[in-house]
Amino acid sequence: MVLLLAAVSFITFMLFQLGPSDPAAAACGQECTPERVAEARVALGMDQPFFVQYIDYMRGLFSSRMIGAPGAQTLCEWPCLGKSFQTNENVADIIGRSLPYTFSMAIGALVLWTITGVGLGLLAALRKGSPVDKFIVGAASVGVSLPIPVTGLFLLLLFVNQLHLLPFTTNEINSPFGPQGPGAWVANYLLPWIALAVLFSASYIRVTRTNMIDTFGEDFIRTARAKGLAPRTVTFKHGVRAGITPVVTMLGMDIGLLLGGAVLTEQIFSVPGLGFTAVHAAISGDLPVTMAITMLAAFFVIVANVLVDLAYAAIDPRVRLQ
Amino acid sequence: MTHTPLTQSLTRPASFTGATTDAFLDVRNLSVKFPTDDGLVSAVNGMDFALERGQTLGIVGESGSGKSVTSQALMGLLKGTSAQVTGQAMFQGKDLVSLPESAMRQLRGRNIGMIFQDPLSALHPFYTVGHQIAEAYLVHNKASKKQARAAAVDMLGRVGIPSPVQRFDEYPHHFSGGMRQRAMIAMALICEPELLIADEPTTALDVTVQAQILDLMSELQQETNSALILITHDLGVVAEVCDDVLVMYGGQCVESGPVDAIFYDTQHPYTLGLLNSMPTLNSSASQLNPIPGQPPSLLDLPKGCIFSARCQYAELAGDSVCAKQRPELTVEEGHGKRCHLSGPQLTTIRTSR
Repeated sequence: MVLLLAAVSFITFMLFQLGPSDPAAAACGQECTPERVAEARVALGMDQPFFVQYIDYMRGLFSSRMIGAPGAQTLCEWPCLGKSFQTNENVADIIGRSLPYTFSMAIGALVLWTITGVGLGLLAALRKGSPVDKFIVGAASVGVSLPIPVTGLFLLLLFVNQLHLLPFTTNEINSPFGPQGPGAWVANYLLPWIALAVLFSASYIRVTRTNMIDTFGEDFIRTARAKGLAPRTVTFKHGVRAGITPVVTMLGMDIGLLLGGAVLTEQIFSVPGLGFTAVHAAISGDLPVTMAITMLAAFFVIVANVLVDLAYAAIDPRVRLQ
Repeated sequence: MTHTPLTQSLTRPASFTGATTDAFLDVRNLSVKFPTDDGLVSAVNGMDFALERGQTLGIVGESGSGKSVTSQALMGLLKGTSAQVTGQAMFQGKDLVSLPESAMRQLRGRNIGMIFQDPLSALHPFYTVGHQIAEAYLVHNKASKKQARAAAVDMLGRVGIPSPVQRFDEYPHHFSGGMRQRAMIAMALICEPELLIADEPTTALDVTVQAQILDLMSELQQETNSALILITHDLGVVAEVCDDVLVMYGGQCVESGPVDAIFYDTQHPYTLGLLNSMPTLNSSASQLNPIPGQPPSLLDLPKGCIFSARCQYAELAGDSVCAKQRPELTVEEGHGKRCHLSGPQLTTIRTSR
């Protein structure tokens, strides 16, 4: 896991070195003389060899370090992810500010699409071949083909512009425990949640349905029925537990991806989360910010995968270490 | 292996047609049809049989002859599916065919137990063996988890699993094939059902274990005086444990009767074919005698005798009656056959083979 993170950081770092943009020129602004660009380059530490830069950067993950041009150095407190080339702000602070927005958006969407996806998938599997099943499968096909910009803009137009049921998303709310309370938090993030849930639950419906149909055809389900167990016990205790593992895998992947920043959704709903911040940083060649968000996203994906493995072991005793 | 016939517990011999209505299990004209995209599949076509407590009935036939479907219909496992089950199956004054699912569920596990073919796939991989057995106990008994655990441990011991207290907390994948089937039997018997249906219980096991499992089932059956339906394609198994045999072909009973009558006074060319196809110790692999041809399509059963297309003696009946007319099941002295050939003709065939 640590090795994986090191590899991701190294590759990201290298890509920026090879990239066409010159952060020093960008940082010194317009009407910049070559001398000032050179000064800026020294101030940003970009005059150093690649490996020195990389090792300096990595050191900051473990301790505070001094940053800036010789003679004008400032302390970058741990965890030091560098300072923004654009605003000279500590990158850790930028991320700390963006993260609650991304978390707010991810958690609701996650709950919403897991419940609808697994619930409807299970219902379709139990009513296989019925009109209910056909309707759910049809709806899933439509949902999966609706990209976020389409659903997002449509939802904004309908609920905010036309019906005035919901407020436009504001930057002031990023936690259910804030002064505005959980109600305002839900109202603020409901539309992005729905937009994400429409897209994601569609694939969850299909995966759940297929796997549950397979599982309900298993011999051990017949055994459970032969014991005289109630249908609910057969379905949930014996069926769902056995058929849910692929959904857990998917969920793990998606959690990791989503926490890395739902770029499109954050753009459309103007949520200043990680994805939003990353896009702006990448466009302006703000290496430390992009770098940090990339590593964080990788970290989330890796953590999510570990969680999936743990969940697997909890569900399936055959996976457990003896 | 030794097998003690269970005749001492018999109150009345089984009869296959014209059974008295107060038989322990009385199946009349049981049919199962499955609608498919290609048409109606007639898996079981008018089965009649009866069974008493303490008796073992063997149902024999090739794959696809309707053995398992018959057992699933009796268990009510086809309720809630698209299968069309008709006829009657009286058990303890209740008709298993028309009984609603909720009432059937009360009988399952408690009054009718079932053992399946492949114990690895029939046991839930994610729950401990003990949990699954205790669960079967808890559905039908008002008991605490502790009592259920004690009952399950006791049952594991009774089916011959060593150190049952430790094995209780192990998962099916920790068990060997034979041990798994023992656990499966423990699960089916924990509520001491009066009727036990075993659907090819030894097919997935190796031969040495097969004999142990059959012995165990016979023993437990004697202890509880339950009725046993043993579904198998293994005539050796039938000879070992069954009192009565019912030979199925194309979803119909083609021959039925006491086990000795079936083996030594065979009255149907299909049964003869089955017996002939059994390899013996002094025959080499090149001397296997399979029945030529394939079982009939259940989508479109022939008008005449279902077996006529594969029967090498069909012309003996004359007037191509075998192809034209489906024979009725005729019963003489408890031995039923569904064949146009006369008894003396069949005796000649049997002795000349």
